[in-house]
Parts: sequence; C-alpha cells; structure tokens
Amino acid sequence: MTKVLVVDDSNSIRDMVSFTLKSAGYQTVEAKDGQEGLSKAQGDSFDLVISDVNMPNMDGIALCTELRKLANFKFTPILMLTTESSTDMKMRGKAAGATGWLVKPFNPEKLLATIKRVVR
Amino acid sequence: MTVDLSQFIPSFLEESFEGLELMESGLLNLQEGDSELIHSIFRAAHSIKGGAGTFGFENVTDFTHLVETLLDEMRDGRREITSEDTEILLESVDCIRLLIEAARDGEEYDNEKIEQTSKRLTATLDGKNHSKEACDNTEEVVKSPNDLEYLIHFVPELSLAKTGNDPIFLFTALAELGVLTIEADSSSLPALNDIDPLELYLSWQLKLISSASIDDIKEIFEWVEDECELDIIIVDADNLASSSTVQDLEQSSNEQVKEVKETQGVEVSSNSETSNQSEVTKESNAGIKPKAKSDVGSIRVGVDKVDSLINLVGELVITQSMLSELGSDFDMSKVDRLTNGLEQLLQNTKELQESVMRIRMLPISFAFNRFPRLVHDLANKTGKDMELVIKGEQTELDKTVMEQIGDPLVHLIRNAVDHGIESSEVRLANGKPKQGVISLDAYHQGGNIVIEISDDGGGIDRENVFSKAVEKGLVDANATLTDSQVFDLLFEPGFSTAAEVTDISGRGVGMDVVKRNIQALGGRIQVDSTPGEGSTFKVNLPLTLAILDGQLVKVGTETYIIPLISIVESLQIEKEYLNRVSGDMDLYRLRDDNVPILPIYQLFNINSQCTDLDNALLVVVESDGQKVGLMVDDLLAQQQVVIKSLKDNYQQVLGISGATILGDGSVAMILDIPGMIQMALEKAQRIQLKKYPNHTDKVGEYI
Repeated sequence: MTKVLVVDDSNSIRDMVSFTLKSAGYQTVEAKDGQEGLSKAQGDSFDLVISDVNMPNMDGIALCTELRKLANFKFTPILMLTTESSTDMKMRGKAAGATGWLVKPFNPEKLLATIKRVVR
Repeated sequence: MTVDLSQFIPSFLEESFEGLELMESGLLNLQEGDSELIHSIFRAAHSIKGGAGTFGFENVTDFTHLVETLLDEMRDGRREITSEDTEILLESVDCIRLLIEAARDGEEYDNEKIEQTSKRLTATLDGKNHSKEACDNTEEVVKSPNDLEYLIHFVPELSLAKTGNDPIFLFTALAELGVLTIEADSSSLPALNDIDPLELYLSWQLKLISSASIDDIKEIFEWVEDECELDIIIVDADNLASSSTVQDLEQSSNEQVKEVKETQGVEVSSNSETSNQSEVTKESNAGIKPKAKSDVGSIRVGVDKVDSLINLVGELVITQSMLSELGSDFDMSKVDRLTNGLEQLLQNTKELQESVMRIRMLPISFAFNRFPRLVHDLANKTGKDMELVIKGEQTELDKTVMEQIGDPLVHLIRNAVDHGIESSEVRLANGKPKQGVISLDAYHQGGNIVIEISDDGGGIDRENVFSKAVEKGLVDANATLTDSQVFDLLFEPGFSTAAEVTDISGRGVGMDVVKRNIQALGGRIQVDSTPGEGSTFKVNLPLTLAILDGQLVKVGTETYIIPLISIVESLQIEKEYLNRVSGDMDLYRLRDDNVPILPIYQLFNINSQCTDLDNALLVVVESDGQKVGLMVDDLLAQQQVVIKSLKDNYQQVLGISGATILGDGSVAMILDIPGMIQMALEKAQRIQLKKYPNHTDKVGEYI
C-alpha cells in the first residue's frame, strides 16, 4: 500500500489532504510540523511526502533538506504544499531537494491526479 | 472520483477563529524585530487563506490575501512595523472574522466595512495588484481541439532522480491523456564500470496522440522542467508541424521540425479543472448552511484525556465482570469480595465522572484572550494610558460557564477602564505611576473558580454612590449602610454614577445585568474598593453547571437538595434567640444578624411532623447578601448530584432550580435559594395585604 507522510501545521488542511488520500486508497501518517515530520520519517519509509512550507519549529524547506540526508529518502518524492506559487518559492524548494509542489487551494481530484506523477 | 470535503468545514472554522485570536494577540504584542511572532501571525493568515480557498469562501480568500501580502512584507523586513499598520491589520482581523462568520451562517455581512478596510489595505500596499489570483481563474476558455499528435523529446539531467522524480510516473501520467508510444535512447549509457547507480542516463522519444492541450502536457513536466531538456512538438493532421519549446538548457536539439514560437502552438483546452472546482465549491457551500445553523458546538479534547477515559472504561468492565461472576454463585462467605468489588466500582465511577468532567473543562484563556484587544481599543478611545495584566489563564472552567461569563467580564473590564482608571494627569497629580494597571486573575478555590478584575484607579466613591442611590430612590437618605452594602447598590437596576453617559459604559444597564448573568450561572459577585487605591470585583463561579455539591435535607417524606455553595451554616434553633415580628415572620438571632426563618414545609405545603420551631434544624443560606434560615426536618448526607433540568423535562417551577435522581432511584428537587426568598417575600406581602388591605407598604423590605 502506498504510504504518504502528510506534514502541515493546519489541522484542517492536514485532515483534508489525509482524507483525500485515504479515500483514494493511500495510507497516511500525519505530522503537525517539520520537526514531527522528520522524527516520524526517521526509521520508517514512505512512498511520498507532502509538506506545507510555512510551519513552526521546522518549515517545509528545512524538512526537505533534512529528509534528503536520510538514506531512506534519497529518492522519495517530496511535494511542497503551498499557496505561494512564486518562482522564488519553487526554486527554494527545488534547491532543498523537493520533487514538486502543489498549489493551495487544492481540490481533491487535482491532488490525486497530480501525485500520480510521482507515485503509484 | 469526487471527494466531499464539506465535513471539514466545522474544523476549518474552529481553526480559523483560533488563528484569528492568535493574530489578534500577536498584533497587540508586535514589536519591530520580533520575527518569530510575525511569522506566527503570517502563518495564521496563510492557513485561513488556504483553507478558505479550498472551501470556496472566495471573499475570505481575497481579503486574507491582502492581509497576507502586507504581513509578508513585514516578515521579509521590506516594511517597517508601524502602529498604523498594526491598527489596519487589527481591523482586518475583525473583517476576516466577520467574513468567516457570514460564510458559516450563510448570512449577509457589512460589506461597507470590508470594502473600506480592503481599500485601506490596498492603499497601504501601495496599490499593488491584489487581484492576481482572481485573474488566474478567468483564463480564456477555448474549445478543446480534436486529437493531436505530439512528439515529445525528453532528456532528463543525470541527477533527476535525486529530486524524487521518476520518469516512469511521468509517462504513466502522460499515458492517461491518450495513446502513448515510448522509445528509450540508451546511447549515452556509460560503460558498466563507470555507471553511478544514482544517476539517470536514459533519454526518451515519446509519441502521444491525445486531445489534451500542450499546456496539459507541460503541466505534467512542471516539476522537472528545470532539470531536463524538453521539446514538445505538435504534429497536426497535415503534418505541418509547429512546436513549442520548453527548453531551459539552451541547446536546440530538434532536427526534425523548425521551431515556432510558443504562442502559435498553444491551444488552451476547456479548463475542466476550473469547472470541477466550482462544482465542489457549490456543494460545500450548500453543505455548510444547515450544519452551522444548528449550533452544536464542539470541544477539542486532548488525546490524553480520551486515553484516560478509555482506560477507565476498561477498568469498569473488569470490575463489572468480576461482580457478575460473584453474583452468579453467591454465598455469604463471599461478602468480603463483594464489598471490595463495590468499593472498586465506586472508585471507578468517581474517576470516570471526573474524567468526563475534565473533557468539558477548558483553560479560561479562551475567555481572557479577547481582553487585551478590548483594553487596547478602550485605551485608545478614552485616551487613558493603561495595561492589562492577566494571571491564571490556565485555570480550567466548564465550557458552558465559560461561554456565558464572557459578556459579564467584558462589562466589568469596560467599567474598570471607564470608571476605575483615572486620566494620566490625575494619576500623576496623585503620585501614582502614569500608566494604570487592570489585572485579571483566575484561580480555583474549593469547588469554585474565582475571577478577579481589579484596577489601581480611584476606587469607588462611597458618598457619590450613596447620594446617587438616594436620588434614584433606591435607599432611604437616613439609612446607615456598610461599605459592602453601598457597593452592592452598584448592581441595582438603573444605577449609574457616571456623570455623563459615555460610549463605553455608563448607561446603567450593565451592572445589574452582570449580576443577573452571574447569578444565573449559580455564582456571585463581590466588590471591594479602597478610595485612591482601586477596586476589585470578585466573581465566584461553580466549576461546572452539570454537577452540584449538595446537602440533602428531609422535609416530611420529601428529600430536597440545597446547593452547598449557598449554605452558610446549619444549626439547631435555641428558643432564646427566636423573635417573632409582625406578619407571621419569625426571626432568628444569629450573632449580629437577624435571620428570617422560612419553614420549607409551609412554603411547599408539605405535611411534616416537625412544625415546632424549638430545637428544629435550621440551614442558614445566603443569596444576594441576604441570609435566610430554611427550617428542615433532618439533615442527610452531602453528595454530588447530577443536575437534570426541570424546564426540559417538565416545566419551570418557582423555588426549584432542577432535579436529580438519588442513589435509591427517587427524584429529589434542588432548591433555588434566590427563588425561595422571593417566594417567601411575596407570601409575606400577600398575608400583610390580607391583614391590612389599606397599608401596602413593603413588608419584605428587611428581607
């Protein structure tokens, strides 16, 4: 089963992403910030990581950088969930090793269609 | 597939309101250079915007976008944090709240205010274009072309896989658009010894026959466009090829077709996503209305609290199975085990009750959070200099009590600002610090929560209050009253000492309502004041409305419950302290007080054996600063009782605040002390009226 790590400090966004993914048959693990996301990622492996950019404690960019240092996450797709569709933000994400980005407000169908580009 | 997200709207709303509170308190404390704080404010705005967009609350999204942009500039240090900006942002917080509330209730909102604030925000942003997002959605819709043949040349960089992208998924996504033929080019594959397993050496030539637009195809490659060489060529029916190049590495590698500018090849398909989205929006809008109207209210509960409940239920099940096993084959030798089991059951039940109650408990900071803003605004309005000090905000209180105590507290704080704190000049002249202090404190005391609102202002002018009360005909000019009696006059309906009615307070409708609300919650309010040093309002509230500590008393065959909070003391009547006055009223001398005696059996018309005052039991209760003695037959146990509303199950009865079910299954009434006093008063008046029909003076005055 495809396992997705969903990291967002907003409960409702996290719930929605998670709900959408679950309804499409994915398995999800949630974390409320980068710090928690990282600790959940350590010693586990995921098929996909979807993370918000703006979060307390550790933001999405830093999480991305940290995850890429883990052997398990060298090739794992990491998508940044962001309202900032500016190229600047995309570049920062890319530089940190992000696979791609999802622009909020997302709609569920779009989310599911989009992640097909990186996972089964 | 369609995924209905409307079930998340309530939690989004709850979260947004929390976010707004956070923004508000953050803005009030915002100082230049406090980047952590401005980040957290920004995040709150950001989350609201993101969520609102998902649910189709477009006005919220648009408005919040402006706020976010402004905050973003502050966050990046591109804008200084000025007090004007903070004011605008505070106002914007109000607007967002207004918009979200309107969206929740499906109601109209004050468009003018939103417009104004939004204009001010835009002006502040130096006329930056804020409608960018709106424009994104209004792409021109062109009819989708028929099937086209695309040639895609895809040469990824060696390091593509390191970003987590895998060409196979891209191709899978492409294949969904139409018929895809893939041809891999392995010519750049190095010798086996030189291969780095982490690198990608292949390139591909793809042929796609699809009705999708070139943009749809490009979108699939959106995440890799910086890390590959990508040419997409449309081969149309006449084999007249036009191409569009998405080529970031400046190497032209297309030999087959000459490159034409993008504009020629771009055909925007009818944007099916956009229409999908608006459908979802409609659905979620329709979904929210009925839900929001029925104001169910939800509580967020910590997982630990739920875990402890589950744990307790587990123990309860164990105890239950133990007892039932015992019961199936019981003889007297097992009495000890039975007693133990019952003891355990009692323990479990008690803990379970406490845990359930804890779920309803929230820290009082939920009620206190709005006050910094209130004081900030009031300080601006009155031009007085003051600060608000909050203590004990972690003190927990039942949610229902919390919801109802908010407004009375607002009144008390407004009063402290308006009547309590003096202007800076007066303060300096009196040798006090220029800045006034209003403090808000909450703590537990016994089974109650105490909330104190104090100011270090001028205190209450006793003479002023007294003369005003005389003027209003509330007291006799010759009456001698204690300080606390004088201060209690403040809570009389229609009493206001402010010389002028101000916008903030002073209409004289506040304090009596405050007192009534607090009493309705089963609490009481006291005032203490020292001239020149300030005043303190002390609000005593029960921790919860669902459970009451009660004293069980017997009258005739009935059992009644007197709320423990209102009992002063219980005693046995001694004859020499009895006094009978006119109007069939018996008074009992209790130290310095004369306490009227209300025999419950008379009040409720019950047959009782104990009608003799001498040696009867008297429970002295206090309400509204008025003591009365309730005469009962017997005092039974003290216990916690669960309050069942009479109004819901039967109807309101004067003198009774509710009912409960006792251990033996019988129903007992809970006495409403203020109501009983009122009953006794009316009764006394009726008797008096019967005796002296022409003399309608208030007999109950001393009660």
